[in-house]
Amino acid sequence: MTAPAVPAATPAKAGEQTRIPGMRTHRNAELGLLAFAMIIVAVYGATVEANQLGTITRNFWVPAALLSILFLGLHLVVRFAAPYADPALIPAVALINGLGVGFLRRLDLARALANKQPEPGVFAGTGGRQLAWTLGSLILAAVLLLVIRDHKVVSRYAYTLGLVGIVLVMIPAALPSSLSEVNGAKLWIKLGGFSIQPGEFAKLALVSFFAYYLVRKREVLSLASRRFLGIDFPRGRDLGPVVTVWLLSLLVLVFEKDLGTALLYFGLFVVTLYVATERASWLIIGLLMFFGGVYVAYLLGASVGGPFANFYQRASIWLDPFAPEYVTGKGYQLVQSLLGLGTGGLFGSGPGAGSPGLVPEVRTDFIFAGMGEEIGLFGLSALLVIYLLIVERGLRAGLAVRDSFGKLVAGGLAFTLGLQIFVIVGGITGLIPLTGQTTPFMSAGGSSLMANWLLVAMLLRISDAARRPASGGPVPAGGPKNPPAQLHGAMTEVIRP
Amino acid sequence: MNAPLRRAGVVILVLFGLLFANLNWIQAYKADKYRNSPYNGRVQVAEYSRPRGVIEANGEPLAESKATDDRLKYLRVYPDKLVYAPVVGYKPVNGAATGIERSENDFLAGTSNRLVADRLAEMFTGDNSGGGNVVLTINNKTQQTAYRELVNNQRNVGKGAAVAVDPRTGAIQAMVSMPSYDPNPLVSHDSKVADAAFDKLNKDSDKPLINRAIGETLPPGSTFKTIVAAAALQSGYTEETRIPAGSVYSHAGAVIRNAEEETCPGKEISLKEALTESCNTGFAQLGVALGADKVKKTASAFGFEQDDLTVGNLDGSGLPVAASRTGAIANPDGSTDQGALAQSSIGQRDVRMTPLQGALIAATVADGGQQMRPYLVQRLLSSDRSVVYTANPKVLRRPIDASVAAAMKDMMVSVVENGTGKRAQISGMTVGGKTGTAQNAVNANPHGWFIGFAINESGQPVSAVCVMLENVSGGHASAEAARIAGLIMKAAAGRGGD
Repeated sequence: MTAPAVPAATPAKAGEQTRIPGMRTHRNAELGLLAFAMIIVAVYGATVEANQLGTITRNFWVPAALLSILFLGLHLVVRFAAPYADPALIPAVALINGLGVGFLRRLDLARALANKQPEPGVFAGTGGRQLAWTLGSLILAAVLLLVIRDHKVVSRYAYTLGLVGIVLVMIPAALPSSLSEVNGAKLWIKLGGFSIQPGEFAKLALVSFFAYYLVRKREVLSLASRRFLGIDFPRGRDLGPVVTVWLLSLLVLVFEKDLGTALLYFGLFVVTLYVATERASWLIIGLLMFFGGVYVAYLLGASVGGPFANFYQRASIWLDPFAPEYVTGKGYQLVQSLLGLGTGGLFGSGPGAGSPGLVPEVRTDFIFAGMGEEIGLFGLSALLVIYLLIVERGLRAGLAVRDSFGKLVAGGLAFTLGLQIFVIVGGITGLIPLTGQTTPFMSAGGSSLMANWLLVAMLLRISDAARRPASGGPVPAGGPKNPPAQLHGAMTEVIRP
Repeated sequence: MNAPLRRAGVVILVLFGLLFANLNWIQAYKADKYRNSPYNGRVQVAEYSRPRGVIEANGEPLAESKATDDRLKYLRVYPDKLVYAPVVGYKPVNGAATGIERSENDFLAGTSNRLVADRLAEMFTGDNSGGGNVVLTINNKTQQTAYRELVNNQRNVGKGAAVAVDPRTGAIQAMVSMPSYDPNPLVSHDSKVADAAFDKLNKDSDKPLINRAIGETLPPGSTFKTIVAAAALQSGYTEETRIPAGSVYSHAGAVIRNAEEETCPGKEISLKEALTESCNTGFAQLGVALGADKVKKTASAFGFEQDDLTVGNLDGSGLPVAASRTGAIANPDGSTDQGALAQSSIGQRDVRMTPLQGALIAATVADGGQQMRPYLVQRLLSSDRSVVYTANPKVLRRPIDASVAAAMKDMMVSVVENGTGKRAQISGMTVGGKTGTAQNAVNANPHGWFIGFAINESGQPVSAVCVMLENVSGGHASAEAARIAGLIMKAAAGRGGD
């Protein structure tokens, strides 16, 4: 950080994030952007009604207004609890969240019209439920911001979080299929009419654990190495945790029948490892291990079948979704997704004017394809740019924050978010084999929305620490000297045994 | 740690770049292909928002659209069900159409360039005028006679086909395939009903979805002797030329016998008598004497080996016709396999023919040696029934000259008047033809064939037919085919049917 160390005017009291007079927080910019995002959401809702009903009802603005109140609430919490947080994050996420609610409402509306039912109310249907989930998610995010005033606190519970993460990942694999399987992937815990995806939350816990572990081990991981072919390779014994996580992700692939989740966990670990050690060799080893594992799984699926058959089939569908044996069968989803996107073309049919209902799972996995038919290539590109903005802002928080733990957590979370978007959007557009991931902030479903809002809250917390003038924190011993921020930003105080 | 974080950012940028490039590929480059894919339900909603045109024959609808209160606004209905299904085909909600429904799809749907005026008018008036109508060459009486007689054949044969064509124009008068199917459940808007109906038909071992008149090739048996006879006449033989015969002919491992003891037991027989009695030993030896090249050349001159013929619209697409083949008739080293040549000359071994090809041989003989291109679409009418297109008959090829045709006609008439084809006779008309009984597998009953033509009092050829019955039990397989052929030609001449 190049921010000058200004002597603290009012020393910070524990647990209170005071704003330093004269320092720009950009909170008003956030408010303005948020208003702009909500206007887009309201216009989207109006267009949907115009196309579906032929008229715009008097209440078209109500969902957008309700969302505005919710986001305004979070904005106020941020003003109080994280005044220096990145002002672009909340408006960007709010726009996507809002459009997601709008699109789900649009599907409800189309279904009600088809069944000759009255227009669904604000809290009815999938759209209404998503609105409620948004409220829940924002409360969680606000609580996280209010309770965790310093992200470094999280590192104290790293081992607990690591254990919780692994347990969360493993629960669906251990449960019988009847309680955990949806569409061939065992990623769920189903209790009665209620189901949650524990893997979504595991992501957060695992990032925190990895970050803590790697901050402790980075010296040994990055320095002790053997040189081979001009690349520094780590010692065998240091490979232990990498191999463990690799096996874990392969187990996920096999027992939960889900390549996407496996890729996500493994990618998350390899990237945090690489960022911590700055060794390209880890990346190379990680990529070789993952793609080697995937290839072996594909071959096993082709020859042995069993637990690998699901993955083999998905890969075959990906290679040729229009093959006669798949086109109206197992490959139907992907084919319909591609046809919907193609029909949308450059400009799309307009919100509410397409037939996204023809794509199965359009409320969850395929929501991006459903949107794509109606907003076209230009609309989807804009959405991708907003996603990219969120991810890059998260990485920026990692770059700017001073401590290694914060860097790793922010970098890991932002990268995982980006990777997840790549995995699902790539999957539904036929770029990579399809895997059942949710589209962050958009897909219907509480687990995903809550977990991702917690992720955003964590990024807000870290970006607040990053952008806060150095004097905002505890003044280092020795007076106005700059903290050794440039030396990998290492803050040894984080690592307490 | 910042350098690797920045690189992670670059990785994300690259991944998003890939997503963006792929979206461009799908939504820009492939967009049209996906938009018009038969699997795309969105196209269906648009397609079914406008009534599809009528397919009709003699003013009667064979396929029409009825309004529904469904998501898809019009349902396709086929009033005559089984009789016309192999020709008309069906247009399912999902998947590919068949028959005329497929080949004239653009016109029926109203998207053809021929209907630009309709679409322009629609833009201004807002009326949904519907697609164009297709008038077939099919003669309802002939078609119904052919279907009824084929299905109610006296030998309880379950599989077969019949084609009747006007020798002077090539217009198809009847085209029947047995067993047929009811297209109505296949076009149900309920995809479960449609899929179940399709699966059932598709799994049926009798293959009802195949139009056997054009889509299946079988050994033609003795009907192929017309080709060998034409080849002989082309090479200087006359009807009266004596050719070697006998009760048995053994050559290069092939043993040829006649169907009956009393068929051509003598040492020699005239060409005309050989055809009339369907003398196997005579034609086997004649084929060997002419050589494989001449036999194959004459066969291709009549249309064998053509694999791109379609029957539908003379200006455009139609129903694909399977290629009839003479087979290799060659040893592995390329020299002629004499045994195979002997067997091929009586329409066995690897010779395969469609019923349509059989009808075209008869039509060529009846029309003085020229073969008209067969077609099914007589007229295309716009939605207000103004004529957009009328078929203009075309000569497809001239396999034989007029004198050879005249000799062939004389010999084939002799077959019906004095020989194996007597059951095809029609009082008051001159009928010519050739029977065929084709062995096809060990322990299987032979296929019965008849190809022939009818000439009215004023000397005009009015119809040429081919009737094929698969695996006929009880001997004289071709006799039943000849009887049915006679009734079909009679109906085509306007003398029979109901």
